[in-house]
This record gives sequence, C-alpha cells and structure tokens, in this order.
Amino acid sequence: MPAINETLGQYSELFMLLAAGTYTVAFIAFAWDLAKSSKTFQAVDLKAAASSAGEKVTVAAGRVGAALGGADAGGPAGRAERPTSSLTFEGGTAAGDMKYAAERRVPARIAVALTVLGVLIHAAGVITRALGAGRVPWGNMYEFLTTGAFVAVAVFLVTLIRRDLRFLGTFVLGLAIIMLVAASVSFWTPVGHLVPALQSYWLIIHVSIAVLSSALFTLTFAMSVLQLLQSYRQKNLAAGRKDNLSFMRVVPNALSLENLSYRINAIAFIGWTFTLMFGAIWAEKAWGRFWGWDPKEVWTFVIWVVYAGYLHARATRGWTGTRAAWLSIVGYACVIINFTLVNTVFQGLHSYSGL
Amino acid sequence: MSESVKAKKKSPSAESATAEGAAGEGKLQQAKSEAALPALGFKGMLRWAWTQLTSMRTALFLLLMLAVGAVPGSLFPQRPANPAVVTQYIKDNPSYGQFLDALQLYDVYSSAWFSAIYILLFISLIGCVTPRAIAHYKAMKSQPPRTPKRLSRLPEYGTLALPADAGIPASKAINDAAGLLKKRGYRVEVRNADGDLPSLGAERGFLKEVGNLVFHTSLIGVLVSVAIGGLFGYSGQRILVEGDTFVNTLVGYDQFTPGTNFQSSSLQPYSMQLDKFNAKFDRESPGKAGQPIDYTAEVTTKETPDSPAKKETLKVNDPVSLGGTSLYLTGNGYAPMVTVRDGEGNVSFQGPVIAKVQGDNYYSSVVIKVPDAKPEQLGFVGFFLPTALVTSDGISFSGAPELVNPQLSLNSFYGDLGLDKGVPQNVFELDVEKLKPLNSRNLAAGGITLTPGATVNLPEGKGSITFDGVKKYIGVDIHHNPGQLYALIFGLLAVAGLMTSLYVNRRRVWVRTGTHADGRTMVEYGLLARGEDHRLAGEAAALRELFAREWNLPETPQAPPTTAVSSSTSKDQ
Repeated sequence: MPAINETLGQYSELFMLLAAGTYTVAFIAFAWDLAKSSKTFQAVDLKAAASSAGEKVTVAAGRVGAALGGADAGGPAGRAERPTSSLTFEGGTAAGDMKYAAERRVPARIAVALTVLGVLIHAAGVITRALGAGRVPWGNMYEFLTTGAFVAVAVFLVTLIRRDLRFLGTFVLGLAIIMLVAASVSFWTPVGHLVPALQSYWLIIHVSIAVLSSALFTLTFAMSVLQLLQSYRQKNLAAGRKDNLSFMRVVPNALSLENLSYRINAIAFIGWTFTLMFGAIWAEKAWGRFWGWDPKEVWTFVIWVVYAGYLHARATRGWTGTRAAWLSIVGYACVIINFTLVNTVFQGLHSYSGL
Repeated sequence: MSESVKAKKKSPSAESATAEGAAGEGKLQQAKSEAALPALGFKGMLRWAWTQLTSMRTALFLLLMLAVGAVPGSLFPQRPANPAVVTQYIKDNPSYGQFLDALQLYDVYSSAWFSAIYILLFISLIGCVTPRAIAHYKAMKSQPPRTPKRLSRLPEYGTLALPADAGIPASKAINDAAGLLKKRGYRVEVRNADGDLPSLGAERGFLKEVGNLVFHTSLIGVLVSVAIGGLFGYSGQRILVEGDTFVNTLVGYDQFTPGTNFQSSSLQPYSMQLDKFNAKFDRESPGKAGQPIDYTAEVTTKETPDSPAKKETLKVNDPVSLGGTSLYLTGNGYAPMVTVRDGEGNVSFQGPVIAKVQGDNYYSSVVIKVPDAKPEQLGFVGFFLPTALVTSDGISFSGAPELVNPQLSLNSFYGDLGLDKGVPQNVFELDVEKLKPLNSRNLAAGGITLTPGATVNLPEGKGSITFDGVKKYIGVDIHHNPGQLYALIFGLLAVAGLMTSLYVNRRRVWVRTGTHADGRTMVEYGLLARGEDHRLAGEAAALRELFAREWNLPETPQAPPTTAVSSSTSKDQ
C-alpha cells in the first residue's frame, strides 16, 4: 500500500478550485453566447420584417445558411408526424444535424477555449489526487464528484469535436460547477487509504463505468430539459404567440435533441447495465450474494428500469417526444438520489462515503 | 408490440345495437344491455385481456410500476436484511408501524403486490417475445419484400447512369449490384433479371431482432436462476475465535437460512480453523487515523474430515471456496478471555467471550452468563475497551482500535438466569430485572474494572472473575447459491443481446436498372431502415461509392433526390 502524499492532495484541492473558477468564467461566456445570439437574431428579424414582411421564412432559412442542414437529417418520413417534430421550424437557427455552421460565434469560441483550459486544470486535480492517494481517484463521494464532473466536461468536449453542442455549455458547466462546489463544501474528505471493503479491482471497473454512465446521463438530462423548453417554444411559435424564450434560437429543434439524447442514452444504458452487473459480481465477492436489495442496489435497479422504460417509450405510440424526455429527466433525478440520499441518509452496505 | 392487433377488434354488436335502437323503442333497452356487454364471450375476453397485457403500453406501465414499487424497500427496513431492525422500527413507530407491516412494506421484494408486478411483467414479456420470435423466424426464412414501384419515396434514394459505351446492360448491372450487396452481408433476391426493368430486393441486420429476443429471454433466465438459488441454496453465519474450528454441519452454524428445498444431507462436512486474525489500521492519513486498511485471517481448511490440512488466507473481497460453498470475512472483533470461579471456589466458566462491537474503535459490549456457578448462578454485563481512556468527565472510551490498554468494565449479578426453562435467549443480552446486583457503580462494592491478568473477588463470597487475556474473532458468512453461475451467464447473454439490438441495423435495399432511350443504363436504388437508424444515410453513401467503383464511374456526390435526372429515370423506365 503506497504512502499517502498530503502535499499532492493539497495541490489537488487547489487545482479543483482553479478548475471551478475557470468553469465559472466559461459558464458566463456560454451564457453571453446564448444572449448575444438571441439579440443578433432579433435584430436581423426586425430588419427583415421591415424590408420584406412577406419573405420572412426565406430570410430565416438563409440567415446562417445552417438551417438547410436540418431538412435532410430526419430519416424516415414517418418520424415527422410526431407532436414535437418539424425539423426546420421558424424561429430556429441551429441545424438539426448539429453540425458546425459557417458563422463565427466569438463568445462561444472563448467559452470552449476556457472550458478546455478548465478541463486541463481539472485533469491535473484528478491526477494529483490519484497520485497522492496511490490509487484510483474514486474511493469516496468527494472523489466520485470531482472525477465525475471531470468526465462529464471531458465527454462534452469530446462530443464537441464532431457535433456543435455548444448550446449545452451553460447546462453542462453549470452542473460541473455545482458538483465541484458540493464536493468541496459538503463531501470534502482528505486523501486517504481505502477501507478493506473497497480494496478490490472491481472498484476500478464498477465505479469507472458508473462515473462514465452518470456523465452521459448528465448530458442527456441537459438535452431533455432543452427539448422540453424547445418543444414548448415550437408550439408557441406555431400558434403565432410571442417568442418568450428567444435564447433558445441557437438550440436545435426538439426532435433533433430527442434523437441525439436517445443515442447517448442508449450508450449510457449499456454502461449502466454493466455497472449493475459488475456491481453484482463484486457484491458476490465481498458479501457473498450477488443481489440483496441493499438501498444502493435498489436505486441502481430503479435507474436501470426507468431508462429501460425510456428506451421502450421511444418505441411506443404516444410515449415519444415530451413523455420520453420526462422519463429521461426522472431517470437522472434517480441518479442524483442514488448518489446523495442513498449514500448519506439510507442505511445500507454502501454507506462508506468517507464522511 | 401488438399495437396493430388491437385495432382490428371492434365489437360488432355495439354497431348493430345502434341501428336497432333507432328502429324500435322496445328493443332499445335490450340493445343497450348488449352494448354494455360486448359479445366477446369468455374466450374473447381472455383474448382481449391477453392482447392488453402483452401490449407495449402495458409493458411500459408495468416497467415503471416496477421502478416505483422497488423504492419503498429502500425507505423502510427490510426483514430479509435485518429482522431485528424491523421489530424495533415497529416498536418505535406505534402509530403506523403495524399498518406498514400489513402493507408488506418490510418484505417488499417478496410481497404480494411486488410479485404481482414482476410476474405480470414477465408474462407480458413472454407474450410479447413468443409471437415476435415466430414472426422473426418466418421473416428470416422468407425473401426480401417486393420492389416498391417508386424507390424515390424511400428515405434514402439515389441514381447512377452508366454510359452507353461502357457495355454494361441492365441485366448485368443488377447482377453486379446483387454481388456487391451479398458481399456486404445482405440477403439478396434478383427479380425479373432478363426483363425490361430488372430489380433486386436485399435485406440485412436480422441479428438486431435476434439480439432483442435474446436480451428479453435472458432476463427470464436471470429470474429463473434467482429462483433456483432461493430453492436449493443456503446461507449461514458463524463467529470464530482464534483457534476455533467451523465444521459445515447444521450444528456448526450460529445462524442458518435454508432455501425452500434445502436438505441437510447436501452439507459437505468440510472444516475451517481460524489460526490468526490480523487487522491493520491507518496510522498516517490525517483525519482518518484508526480507519481499518487491512483485515487478514489465516485459516486451515480441510475439504473432508480425512483430507490433508491446507493453509489459506481469508480476506474481505477474497473469499475461500470449500465444498461447493464460499466463506466470506464479514466482521471481526475482540474476545476477552475470562475465568469465573463460583462461591464454592470451582471454575464454572473459562474461555473467550465475544465482545459485540458497538461504537468507535471497537468499543464493545460484553455479556457473560455463568449458569454452572454454585450456589447462585452469576451474570456479568459491561464493556470491553481495547484502548481505554477516560474523559475529563470520567467517562471511559476507546481511544484506538488496537490493544494498547485493554480493559473490561463489568457489573455483576446473581440469581436465576432463566436458562434452565429451555426458553431460547439472546447470548448478547442479559435480562437483569429478576437478578440481584452484586457489583455496580451505584453500589458500595462499585463496578468491576479489569486489566489483563487481574482478578476481582465478587462481594458476599459469590466467587471471582479473572481477565486472562484477549483473542480476536471473525464473523464468517457461508453461502451456497447454485443459481448464481446461471444468473451470470444469462446476464452476460442479456448484455450481448442488448448491444446487438441497439447497434445492428436492419436495413432493406432495393435496386432497379433499366435502359434509357439514349442507350445509357440507368440504376436507381433506395434504402429503408426498420426502426431507428441514424446511419442509414452513411450506408447509402457507402453503397453509392461501391457501385461507382464497380462500374468505373467518376465519384459524384449524391445528388438531391428531386433532380431532373432521377425523376426522368423513374419515368422513362
């Protein structure tokens, strides 16, 4: 068992604070991007309305040259009959396929650059914590939160390489900041050895997959919330009412959000299935039974069932769109409960949170 | 899954009833009653119920019910996990404790309502999987569906024109396309190969539905495996002090939970002796001093009474396997060695006493019952502290988990312990109500405080007690679950099926060729996905590239589906 290095542990905590600070600036930049885009488009709208009131749709389509992309991204025609559908919609500028458009969004670029800087500092924090403790950095709630926030932001940045999900920036960074602050304020634990129950290679396998799946669920949670907002806004616009959520212009339409979050949720669901199975195998090794309805097991099962319901809902008439998004949100709420309440309030075998 | 079936059934009696009702007043009542009771008959009702149960909507509802139903099991204490906590909970909450018990909220996972949910869910699952399996088997044996008239209506569509001087007629083009698609894993059928408009239908990705079926069937397998474990498995606990030996017979267990179909003859009489137990505690991390970092039990095992002895190590996360069971290290503590002499001067008790861990740093409770003491039976209740320290208020506590300053603090009693009546008692509790106190802080004699080697004489010549030393004990869980290997296999199968069903795409491709008036050979193709397939466009592009390479066409990007060329192709043919 390698010795504990306290100095590295202190550096780690410093890095975590710096990362949270950088994320906060990046968060502001992302928010600025949403506000600025909204204003720019409003100005263009006003101009367009003044010059030729009748050709508004054409202007909207040509405005960024991006809306075209949405037209052929839908797949089978049957999908367009959904309540939340209509791939191109008036009042939206983001492409349905979430590919990068030609226009330069300076605040968004600044925000992404800051996020990259933040994630590098964050990585340094996670690595120094691991080196300081001489083991994987997810042995207690503090480490689970700090590492989980790192993975969430890293996954977000990796997705950004292929898809323009910058509209998610405020949500993802907001959640990452909350996680880092909660870790430092409520769950702070100094660097230390693991109790015997956690000394197993299954800690590396079981928890790493749980962290990764949770990070993916975090992304889809943000997307499902946006999907609900966008769906509401699309209905409003379709009914000819005033657009009171104009910052949502840079967000793709509800159906595109639904499709992408479904794909990410499918990956996360497989990850969660592995989390559950590896957890059961570890439970057999540690406690002699692979399943015993311990509160943590119960909630892991509940999460699995809710997301299984989500996947089935997508294949059930009347359950797609808004209802599926709600299921995804409920699933994430269960993930949060599983992490917070189950570890701290409920009595069970998983109560070694390090608190 | 059987959404389409539901729509078919519409009670004919309801419609005829309306017609008749308009004809005559007298018949109206009769017609109404007929309308209220659709003439489905018993069989029809069953069929209707079956259709409802196996519908996707019901399955989804049951799935969500399962999630909701599982939650109370984490909110309330559960009997299978710890029956004593449940009893205490009911005592502590007299207003609703009994009510919750009536709702089976302390046995959620074996309750009638939870069982109802999952049994209905699994019936629904079987009712859904079976017809799907049959339908898929038929689909796998049949040819791809006929070529649609207008391929341009398909979600992915494209055309290619082969120049007249290339010398590839329509019939050769279709066979070339068939070859390419076969290589790509499609099942292909060429139609009307020598006719004017040869075409082909191709399909791939049958594994998607197979994966889906394997996933759902494996879940049934997991459930059955769990049931097998419950029927034929058993589990138990045993506390072993250093030097003690556990023999796998019913009397060897402190606590034993047999499965429904358990037979004691299935216990193989292996043995395990605890030679030494070592616990290591953290002495370097700030703020975590005294936290355990290693438990190691040195044991000697024998597969059968006659087998050679084998030295093994038992650790947390590292069980020992013996005679079809696994033995787990689940607890540990200190066992002070005590000798009690009675009023007549005879040794009436000698040996280790299990000190039950109650608080930080092995602050443990001790109960000693001496029924053999004469003339009066003796009882002791108190605490064991491995590192005894005293606060400024005079309260003793344990300052460290190691044996730095071990100390026994006891009160003593005499009288009838109640053990002779045959009523079972908890060995960790002593009912002092009917006993007379000898030593206590409130009495003149005071409490007994012992350090190793010390002896204290009891007042009134009732005897003496000696603290001989301290041994360590471990708690061992013994489990035998014949279902768990099958559960693992089915679990792995389920994941394999799940990944297959999510990442294999079922696609259909149709290709039609024809000869244009100017001599060119025109090729059009269309793709259709069954279910969600976000990579269908990618497949269309890949196919286009394959075709272009096969026929030496310049690589042209996919033209939008509504160009003049494509529309003319379909019309000219």
